[in-house]
Amino acid sequence: MAKYLLLKHYRGAPAAVNDVPMDRWAPEEITAHIQYMKDFAARLEETGEFVDGQALAPEGTWVRYDGEGRPPVTDGPFAETKDLIAGWMVIDVDGYERAVELAGELSAAPGAGGKPIHEWLELRPFLTEPPTITE
Amino acid sequence: MNEALLRGLTPSVLGVLVRRGADFAVAEDAVQDALVEAVRVWPADPPRDAKGWLVTVAWRKFLDATRSDTARRRREDLVDEEPAPGPASAVDDTLQLYFLCAHPSLTPSSAVALTLRAVGGLTTRQIAQAYLVPEATMAQRISRAKRTVSGVRFDQPGDVATVLRVLYLVFNEGYSGDVDLSAEAIRLTRQLAAAIDHPEVAGLLALMLLHHARRAARTAPDGSLVPLAEQDRGRWDTASIAEGVEVLQTALARDRLGEYQAQAAVAALHADAPTAEETDWVQIVEWYDELARLTDSPVVRLNRAVAVGQADGPRAGLAALAALDGSLPRRTAVEAWLRERDGDLGTAARLYAEAAGKAPNLAERDHLTRQAARLNARRGPR
Repeated sequence: MAKYLLLKHYRGAPAAVNDVPMDRWAPEEITAHIQYMKDFAARLEETGEFVDGQALAPEGTWVRYDGEGRPPVTDGPFAETKDLIAGWMVIDVDGYERAVELAGELSAAPGAGGKPIHEWLELRPFLTEPPTITE
Repeated sequence: MNEALLRGLTPSVLGVLVRRGADFAVAEDAVQDALVEAVRVWPADPPRDAKGWLVTVAWRKFLDATRSDTARRRREDLVDEEPAPGPASAVDDTLQLYFLCAHPSLTPSSAVALTLRAVGGLTTRQIAQAYLVPEATMAQRISRAKRTVSGVRFDQPGDVATVLRVLYLVFNEGYSGDVDLSAEAIRLTRQLAAAIDHPEVAGLLALMLLHHARRAARTAPDGSLVPLAEQDRGRWDTASIAEGVEVLQTALARDRLGEYQAQAAVAALHADAPTAEETDWVQIVEWYDELARLTDSPVVRLNRAVAVGQADGPRAGLAALAALDGSLPRRTAVEAWLRERDGDLGTAARLYAEAAGKAPNLAERDHLTRQAARLNARRGPR
């Protein structure tokens, strides 16, 4: 029982094998891609491994505290930000091997030419509660 | 109404239905429905025979469920038979349910979920909250688990070791939600110990009781981790320790040592020390030697290195550590601690920080970061 975050990047991941921007795909290829993602999430619900999945807008704002009584400072977006998250899926699985297997399946989502994108996904374990038995 | 008492009847009620020929998956749902109804009805109208009431209501719910689906003919057969209770006792039924819910064809997370529901009588929502997953996900996990074991014969003898692994997981990896999973694991292990006479079941029960006894002392009011050596031993639960020690001694007297008894023996030696300084580390090393013979687990050898460091000094501990794989979880943290005791504060601080980066949980990470910060502060300005 371990939770993992599958991170999808707009920018910052190593180049995919089938690296064609989505706006150059055929419309039906986009439809097929979206369907694959939905089916994948549905299948995880079915296996009892799905926790959450969300997509993020590419443009956000940077915010920081600016001192007592002052409104927060906002800035950005910055074109030079290397890491840009596109979305995530949280899974609850029996272990690392299963998490890798599922990430591999998600990375096989079809893209241009109906071929798998082979997109690099980032797999990050959640920090857990401490175990009860300590020695 | 005592909810734990009500839930304690779950396995024997479910056992009766399955013995009468009910399909396990449908019967399990029917028992859950009966529990819900008991919670609703009993406060105003308590039954004289709680188990009899639950069996009657669950059986009726089971018939309702099968009436509405395609198994109609099967139901009519069952009703015609007018069930005999059969030769099996409630104790046997309970034991068989533990075996079924921990069946080796199930993944650990499925076995845990099914055990908590079918044996523990918890609702799907409670289990989902305890493991921080959506209720729909947990419902699917449980119904798949039920399908997986649907072909398993109920009266097949199972393996106690697989059951113990599941209960250990429930105890060790609970989240702090609405349901106290550690207490639930103790309840389920106690119930199992009443159903089967087995020294390792007693060993696991003792292990749980001895660790549970320290719970109040394990965390500071701000939620941070308090290491064993720094715990206020006055806050340990002496009744739980006394019970754990007694259960363990009875088990050890059987002379059939297993890993849970050996682990419990280590916990008992800690419980026995009035102060951390008075801990009998020499005996603890001996128990880790036993454990290493029983399991050959690298985690055991890591814990042994800690004990050797206490018994024979940090150099001996580091020597014991040298043989262990560098990628082993918590190895870096153990080395940091041994280096500090050996007086090499620079290396210790660096290793504490490195260990914090690899820590599998937040409380441990924060603890290790504080250790690194403490040593760095002693070594001078940044």
